Amino acid sequence: MTARPSRFMLGGRTYSPAASLLLATPFLLVLLLAFLLPLGMLLRESLFVPSFTVEHYRRVFDEPVYLRVMYRTIRISALVTLISLLLGYPLAAMMARTRGLMLNLLLVAVLLPLWTSVLVRTYAWLVLLQRNGVVNDLLTGLGLVDAPMQLLRTEGAVVLAMSHVLLPFVVLPLYATLRAIPDDYARAARMLGANGFAVFRHVTLPLSMPGITSGCVMVFLLALGFFVTPALIGGPQQMMLATLVQQQVTELLNWPFAGAIIGVLLLAVLGLMIVFHRVIRLDRFVGQA
Amino acid sequence: MKRRSDLTAGRLAANAFAYGVAIFLLVPTALIVPMSFGPDRFLKFPPSGFTLEWYAAYFSDRDWLDSTFFSLRIAVLTSIVATVVGALVSLALVRGRLPGKPVFELLVVGPVIVPNIAIAIATYLVFDGLKLTGTTLGFVAAHTALAMPFVVFTILASLHRFDADLERAALSCGASPLQAFTWVTLPQILPGIVSAALFAFIISFDEPVISFFISDLDHRSLPRKMFEDIDYNVSPTLAAVATVLTGLTVLALVAGHFAGRGRQASPGACRPTSGN
Repeated sequence: MTARPSRFMLGGRTYSPAASLLLATPFLLVLLLAFLLPLGMLLRESLFVPSFTVEHYRRVFDEPVYLRVMYRTIRISALVTLISLLLGYPLAAMMARTRGLMLNLLLVAVLLPLWTSVLVRTYAWLVLLQRNGVVNDLLTGLGLVDAPMQLLRTEGAVVLAMSHVLLPFVVLPLYATLRAIPDDYARAARMLGANGFAVFRHVTLPLSMPGITSGCVMVFLLALGFFVTPALIGGPQQMMLATLVQQQVTELLNWPFAGAIIGVLLLAVLGLMIVFHRVIRLDRFVGQA
Repeated sequence: MKRRSDLTAGRLAANAFAYGVAIFLLVPTALIVPMSFGPDRFLKFPPSGFTLEWYAAYFSDRDWLDSTFFSLRIAVLTSIVATVVGALVSLALVRGRLPGKPVFELLVVGPVIVPNIAIAIATYLVFDGLKLTGTTLGFVAAHTALAMPFVVFTILASLHRFDADLERAALSCGASPLQAFTWVTLPQILPGIVSAALFAFIISFDEPVISFFISDLDHRSLPRKMFEDIDYNVSPTLAAVATVLTGLTVLALVAGHFAGRGRQASPGACRPTSGN
């Protein structure tokens, strides 16, 4: 970037390495204090307490209780990812075809939940799903069930609420990808005799693969470490990884083991990021859609 | 020039489904608003009447007010600190010959990639030792780190859009570099900076996971207080708090939209707080 004069080097000037480092120092200090040092210390707990050992990591995979939590976390995350994709694709596809006021309304529908507190959204589901809540009223009113059902503290409720919270993360990258596909491709396919479904199957779907991957990986990653929603909507029978870690820390003060669970989670996240780093456009999530 | 084949039954069904999904996204939160004005002890929809009881309860409860003001203070400070720190590092990234630039770029995205529960537990471990739990400094540091990706990406975008010739022109007309920056560059990138500050505010104000762990008995952020109340006594006061919180978020978003003239401010951002 320094080699050719670029429009980013204002006035043809660049800051010297020393000046640049000075500008970056506050950033470095904040990340050191509230990101790097904490993560480093936690991983140190998991590996070097009392002395170097992988015992804590072995425990994560040895004890059936913890294996069950991990398996459940992966199962719920996968399910949430699948549901988000199935609900999000048609919405993103319609948004890609829409212009003007309607598009803005749809964007609000996607962005507003994204920026509304996750606690507010979780609380909303708690209210809707309670025994005498709106959903049960609706089910009994329609005669689908005879008596109000126990909806909270079920895996279904956790999956439903998490899908709702994470849905925008799959819609946004999909929308960006789908809108970038020129209409001409579909038109050409139609002129060659393809029907609507064939166009989708052979043109739109393959071209939107990067958006699908990006959105799904993002949702899956976020779901793996999800804390608030499963902790409040689910019961002990629906415990996921994050709640397990919280329990180890706040109730049992078992830092090394909590560190080991986090270590496993970080490895999974890092692995997925490395495999998919080409398709994941972080700037698409962070900054502008 | 819509062809007739565009309007097949399949397309119509897909559109109806898509509208359904959009409504599904909005409905749960939207229902809380009318419910918060209902007199029912167990929130009902439709509410059986109208009352401001739960708002009165919110605004007269010491605990709720304390945590609200604590969160507000942290969010304002985080917004200022994160914007300044983020702007400086963005300048270094865009204009500087920053040694180890890839490392910095990795650090910028770090807080969105690492799950919040991991950052939260780790921060709790270290802050507990440093006596930073429950302190303004601790909260602001943690929330600034969390907001960094959003702030830096937003400011980078506005720096990249800035036309460097304008600054070059100012310099050749005799302005000092500082004058050129203050009077030419800064006003140009200001919308980006304002939306970055608003992002940081929202991220801090309703950040639930790190707050959950680094709050202490006397200093609880609003999200921590909400978490406790949802878990232990679901009272209708929560609906009032949730409505106020959502209203504030909408206000900040609208402000951001106008500040950014609807461009980079469109908060198409996945926020770290959603990862919880």
